[in-house]
Amino acid sequence: MAESYVEHEVGHPALQHHFANLEQQREAGTLGMWVFLVTEIMFFGGMFLAYTLYRSKYPEAFAIASNHLDIKLGAINTAVLIFSSFTMAMAVYSTQIGKRRAQIISLVATIILGLAFLGIKAVEYYQKYEDHLIPGSLIPGNPFNPDPHAMHLTQGVLMQHVQMFYWIYFAMTGMHALHMIIGVGLLSFLLYFSVKGRYSPEYHNPVEVIGLYWHFVDIVWIFLFPLLYLLGRHTGGH
Amino acid sequence: MQTPWIPFIPPSASTLSDKVDALYFYLVGVTIFFTLLIWGVLGFFVIKYRRRNRYEIPRPVAGSLKLETMWSVIPFIIAMTMFAWGAQVFFQLWRPPANAVEVYVVGKQWMWKIQHTTGQREINELHVPVGRKIKLIMTTEDVIHAFFVPAFRIKADVVPGRYTTLWFEATKPGRYHLFCAEYCGMNHSGMIGSVVAMEPTEFDSWLSGNTSQQSPAVAGQQIYVTLGCVSCHGASGEGGRGPALEGLFGKQVFLNNGQTVVADEGYVRESIVNPQAKLVNGFGPIMPTFQGQVSEEQLLQILAFIKSLQGETQPTTARPSGPVPGSSPAPAAAASPGAVNR
Amino acid sequence: MEEFTPPVPSKINYINAQYGLKSWLLTKDHKRIALLYLGSITFFFFIGGIYAMLIRLELLTPQGDLLQSTTYNKVFTQHGIIMVFFFLIPSIPATLGNFLVPMMIGAKDLAFPRINLLSWYIYMLGGLITIYALLAGGVDTGWTFYTPFSTTFSNSYVVAAGLGIFINGFSSILTGLNFIVTIHTMRAPGMTWFRLPLFIWSHYATSLVMILGTPVIAITVLLVAFERVAHIGIFDPAVGGDPVLFQHLFWFYSHPAVYIMILPSMGVVSELIANFSRKNIFGYSFVAFSSLAIAVFGFLVWGHHLFVSGQSIYAGMIFSFLSFAVAVPSAIKVFNWTATLYKGSISFDTPMLYALGFIGLFTIGGMTGLFLATLGVDVHVTDTYFIVAHFHYIMVGGAIFGYLGGLHYWWPKISGRMYPDGWGRFSALLIFAGFNLTFFPQFVAGYLGMPRRYHAYPPEFQVFNVLSTAGASILAVGYLIPAIYLVWSMRYGKVAPGNPWNLPGLEWRTQSPPPTENFDYTPVVTWEAYEFAPPEETEVVGRFRDEVPEKV
Repeated sequence: MAESYVEHEVGHPALQHHFANLEQQREAGTLGMWVFLVTEIMFFGGMFLAYTLYRSKYPEAFAIASNHLDIKLGAINTAVLIFSSFTMAMAVYSTQIGKRRAQIISLVATIILGLAFLGIKAVEYYQKYEDHLIPGSLIPGNPFNPDPHAMHLTQGVLMQHVQMFYWIYFAMTGMHALHMIIGVGLLSFLLYFSVKGRYSPEYHNPVEVIGLYWHFVDIVWIFLFPLLYLLGRHTGGH
Repeated sequence: MQTPWIPFIPPSASTLSDKVDALYFYLVGVTIFFTLLIWGVLGFFVIKYRRRNRYEIPRPVAGSLKLETMWSVIPFIIAMTMFAWGAQVFFQLWRPPANAVEVYVVGKQWMWKIQHTTGQREINELHVPVGRKIKLIMTTEDVIHAFFVPAFRIKADVVPGRYTTLWFEATKPGRYHLFCAEYCGMNHSGMIGSVVAMEPTEFDSWLSGNTSQQSPAVAGQQIYVTLGCVSCHGASGEGGRGPALEGLFGKQVFLNNGQTVVADEGYVRESIVNPQAKLVNGFGPIMPTFQGQVSEEQLLQILAFIKSLQGETQPTTARPSGPVPGSSPAPAAAASPGAVNR
Repeated sequence: MEEFTPPVPSKINYINAQYGLKSWLLTKDHKRIALLYLGSITFFFFIGGIYAMLIRLELLTPQGDLLQSTTYNKVFTQHGIIMVFFFLIPSIPATLGNFLVPMMIGAKDLAFPRINLLSWYIYMLGGLITIYALLAGGVDTGWTFYTPFSTTFSNSYVVAAGLGIFINGFSSILTGLNFIVTIHTMRAPGMTWFRLPLFIWSHYATSLVMILGTPVIAITVLLVAFERVAHIGIFDPAVGGDPVLFQHLFWFYSHPAVYIMILPSMGVVSELIANFSRKNIFGYSFVAFSSLAIAVFGFLVWGHHLFVSGQSIYAGMIFSFLSFAVAVPSAIKVFNWTATLYKGSISFDTPMLYALGFIGLFTIGGMTGLFLATLGVDVHVTDTYFIVAHFHYIMVGGAIFGYLGGLHYWWPKISGRMYPDGWGRFSALLIFAGFNLTFFPQFVAGYLGMPRRYHAYPPEFQVFNVLSTAGASILAVGYLIPAIYLVWSMRYGKVAPGNPWNLPGLEWRTQSPPPTENFDYTPVVTWEAYEFAPPEETEVVGRFRDEVPEKV
């Protein structure tokens, strides 16, 4: 929906017919994105609830499973995203003050950082694939079947509860990655039109609004990283 | 259906059903009052102030804070009486008395499997004596069902992976509907049966006519031996690698994380299918799970066996046929053959 | 009433501004999109209605001899899915709301016209996928999709139906988003918050529920689909999941969803009651804020669906308390509507008949809701026909009465034609009678213990089911008549003037049908909502007088 929103704005560089003035149009666009982000919070909220419930139900299995995540890659990705938030903010700022070159450079940097995040995420997913950690029969031919020794599974902890962690991990990070992919798509739109010189200090609402979206996606990761990678890391096992 | 058909309420045949009905009549009364009030005022205004002239414009009427307050506060107070009364009845419905006789219920697509502590098994029928408190301990092998006896005004979902309980005391002999009230698939409407309430003497003779089967406690003891539980959980502490089971049920258990829990039905079940969830203080996480190796019915039998291990220190209590005030939580099991065998 | 006369109508309006299928399928005009929605939800309503008739025919006899049990289970499931997700939830917001929200606040369109059109396409896509699920073999889980039946045991097209509902959810989110932004940013000069018609307030509250609740059902249905395909176990107790978690997530949306259905209808009724008695609404701010209170409280009461599901009795008590609390704003509305009639000039046009019917039926529906909030009684009546009767009183007696009332009220504006008034009143009375005959006996059958979703039932319940089926036949005829005469009136109806009812609302101050940009000029609002007579004539009545007339 964010996509079509942008398409909409981008299709009409000047004032659209049903708005009284640019100010009203800008206000509507910004409020629209905020409202959309509220729905996004609720969307992720369902998964956060499931995470909280099962973590408190199976703390040991979750700790063991969490220990098997690659904390180094996770930390690098966190840094990448925080830096991309900075470049995104720079893109908005340079649009507002009318520095087109800085604007384009910032957008390109943000896109590269976004792609870097997705690349690192893909490496992590591939490791999980190799370790047969993809839950259930999501990937045909590679069912969930990790080596209990490699997982340092203690006796009595059920592999199915470890699987529950991985399902929540894949559901949440997968949904986050999907948002990143959409975000990179939106940024490419921005880049295309900013090269064409569409945005100016008078009209920069799309950059602002997509910036909001990008920051939101970053913030989701800021919650995901500690919850999935860090929490209970050293209490796992016996 | 032998029970007389009463037009607007089902037969009332338990100690709680009249209480639920009294609350229901209160609600019906309030509903009729407010419905007639609104319809009456509406009808009166609509006729009195009907448009008589195409061009008439009535004067606006100012709002009134006093009226608004009145019709917010009064409904709220009435609602609170309903809430308080409803909660009070609810507590009685959900709090089984300590001296109730237990009956085990397992739902399955699409039948009710019932076992008495004395060993009798029934399918889609539950025979109970009048005037005795009965507690149902229920679970299901597959999907969610709900055990519903309209004449007793009781209902509870039967949820896979956990125990739910219901209790009642029948007051009138008769044959009453038993329905599955939670949609459970193809033959949901066929998952029905009867609860047969009988005079205690009749019930005793019904029981004695059906004693050929093992009591659940004895069956549970056999499972306990077959699965090798005995090697760690000797009934009086032999084995030593797991907590002793004698006298365990109903007691406080100290866990290795510093918490305490009461060893109730849910705890015993969890400790068998997910042993690491609540480890008793002083014992290592060495027990494997038995999930998938024991059926829901077998779990209930093991539970009955553990309940029967109340030891010599417990005063011998009720016969299965009579509630005795102040008896232990599992009086029926205490007198069952399982306890005697041990 | 001369002061409300609209400008001289020009010949060009939103319907004849452009011709051709493409001009409709690619339109960004909120009024045309409303008509697209109107056509499609009517289509779904009749599909759902056919299923309803099959249910009622099957239950005519206790034996279960018309349909097989598997077929019956699919029929009531699909009745629920179609009616809830594809008719009731979009009914008023997507049609009347879409058409009227911009007009009532004096805007040219919704804030995001393309997103509005997108929402219709998303709705149609979700609808087509769901229809595919029905044609391919159907769904038999009940519209509630309770796990583990839906994830593990059902052999039907759960994933396809779930996908349809998931996709459809986004159309609801986009509609809500569009309304919120439009109401915030696009009000005409002078249209302050407290001059807004109550229809707008109720749509604002509805939109809040749409944007906050719908994402949760979306993710829940998605999890069910994944669980079914990949056997992961998030709701499956056999692998450590919790089936009751599903119920919490499901009802976290689906209880507020009831308010998505009823709040817009309350907004319509506020319009009808005020306008057809030519009075300012009594206690405007109380009615407005009660909508918001219902929307907010609505999110805190989902646990009352789980009183017998094994949740703790203390959780039950809290949810029971909150459910009683949400009854108060509903009561405030009913009392204020009734008080609005006091000293009014009440007409008996078709829309007003629906509005009065709404108040009467909503009173019964709301009061029986208290039975279900009362813990001790809910244990007995939940999952019986009592609850079936209760929610039909709210959803049919409430939502559909409001919808039909609103449709008749604004029909001259939408179509530019008058509907035949005699037929309108006749069918309104027919629907009222048929509805009560259908659903009132179900309260009795429910308290007697007849469980819902039963394909066959003990014979002592037959008398109630025969009454219900008889009522349903009347109801079916009652629904068909407006469908026929409204279509007929589009061509043969009397041409409607801009303001056929002589009303002060903004939507009546333009031609019928309106031009594409709604108004020939940007309106400037200088009057209060429902201002029939100058405010200085305000009468302070009765013993309950305020020192100062209420400032609205």
